[in-house]
Amino acid sequence: MLELQHIDFDVAQDGEEKGILHDVNLTIRERFVAITGPNGGGKSTLAKLIAGILTPSQGRILFDGEDITDLNVTERARKGISFAFQQPVRFKGLTVKDLITLASGRNIGVPEACAYLSEVGLCAKDYIDREVDASLSGGELKRIEIATIMARSTSLSVFDEPEAGIDLWSFSNLIQVFEHLHEKINGSILIISHQERILNIADRIIVLSAGRVVNDGPRKDVLPTLLGGAPNVCSALSDKVR
Amino acid sequence: MDAIQMSLLEQVAGLHEVPEGAYNIRANGQKAARNTTAHIDIVTKPDKDGIDIIIQPGTRNESVHIPVVLSQSGLHETVYNDFFIGEDCDVTIVAGCGIHNCGVQDAEHSGIHTFHVGKNSRVRYVERHYGEGDGEGANIMNPTTVVEMDEGSYMEMETTQIKGVDSTVRTTRAKLGAGATLIIKEKVMTHGHQLAKSDFTVDLDGEGCHTNVISRSVARGSSKQVFLARINGNAACYGHSECDAIIMDQGVVSAIPEVTANCLDAQLIHEAAIGKIAGEQLIKLMTLGLTEKEAEEQIVNGFLK
Repeated sequence: MLELQHIDFDVAQDGEEKGILHDVNLTIRERFVAITGPNGGGKSTLAKLIAGILTPSQGRILFDGEDITDLNVTERARKGISFAFQQPVRFKGLTVKDLITLASGRNIGVPEACAYLSEVGLCAKDYIDREVDASLSGGELKRIEIATIMARSTSLSVFDEPEAGIDLWSFSNLIQVFEHLHEKINGSILIISHQERILNIADRIIVLSAGRVVNDGPRKDVLPTLLGGAPNVCSALSDKVR
Repeated sequence: MDAIQMSLLEQVAGLHEVPEGAYNIRANGQKAARNTTAHIDIVTKPDKDGIDIIIQPGTRNESVHIPVVLSQSGLHETVYNDFFIGEDCDVTIVAGCGIHNCGVQDAEHSGIHTFHVGKNSRVRYVERHYGEGDGEGANIMNPTTVVEMDEGSYMEMETTQIKGVDSTVRTTRAKLGAGATLIIKEKVMTHGHQLAKSDFTVDLDGEGCHTNVISRSVARGSSKQVFLARINGNAACYGHSECDAIIMDQGVVSAIPEVTANCLDAQLIHEAAIGKIAGEQLIKLMTLGLTEKEAEEQIVNGFLK
């Protein structure tokens, strides 16, 4: 269970403090939670605060009852938090197998690494020895990123806009992976997304706009307001989910 | 050979025991072991230090190992090894030098290797350099490789220097005939106050010949590296050189390209990328549970793999 208590996040801009998140309070215990909202609303910042890549200006973060606010990225990862990057990172020399092995935290064999790749719809034998470098497409990298999260199989997995940077065709294939993801991962999934098809499989939807939680509840209550165009959600988002 | 020399042999040639095929093992300036085969002859040079390796035309799927180990401080040697590879061969040649220097004097090995690669032959040449020892004396290696490639021949040269060599100047000169291909892959890691300089000159003389000179390196500590790739396109040819380097601590890397097209149909490209490890790469591996130091090691090991 993840608890965010009175989270503020400010950045210095042109010599002035600018608030990105304002008094965000959330308790996540459902299996599949989606955070949505307009661009610039603070969603990715929130995801990075949970992973420990950023540190909140105010407030506390509790994970399974333990205060993890002062823990670094490594310590949080070891406690059981996984984070899938919006733009997966490329590495010269590290292969797909290397990355999946590092993610699993033990010396897994080729068949097990291949099994994770198959789960995300990649033909394992074509990819297992490839380097995670510029030769891979955005869609392939996203799938490999998801495979590393599966290999970790932690109690919380945070995905930062998995649809970003890939074409619609690749995304519609990817959605099937997410539909079955909670069966593969033994824990909660927190996913930041604009996509209606992702929101459609969430147990709960949180709408974050201008750094505040403006709507939060079960999918059946929140999704219709988004599709109808909620007053606090900008038109850009309405276009995306329509 | 003693235990130190055997351990050096394992580092530079991956040898745990006597290799199969032809070999010549040189330890502290002396011939320690030699074997020839029906197709590969090894002859000591009468006039200077070194050997001639003669590979008969049509020799296929055979290998030659010629490792050198030094465990005597203060030893300086220059060795000339000439390879004569006949036509239509397909062979692997493994060379390498390991120095264990526990003394106060420098130990130095300069190997001058000349390859004459016959028409339509394929050669894979692997060279590893390694140094160790806790003495004050420096481990110095200055290898020179000269390659002459006949029509349609192919050579892949892999050179690796990962640890313990205090100073090295690597000079490589190659001349390619029509349709010949030369691929050079260099891996270097320097640390402490080490200096590594690589100086490549490739003359693309024959129609349709091709070279690719690729360097991947890591400079840690206060070490310094210079990568100089000189490619001369003298015919309709294709030449590419690439320097990819990670700098850490106070490490310094210079990449100096010199590509000259002396023919209208020569296509020459040089690429260089030098920088520290990207912060997002470290963070990505930290989100998988690695510490920053473990992440750094994984990135460097992968990069030089």
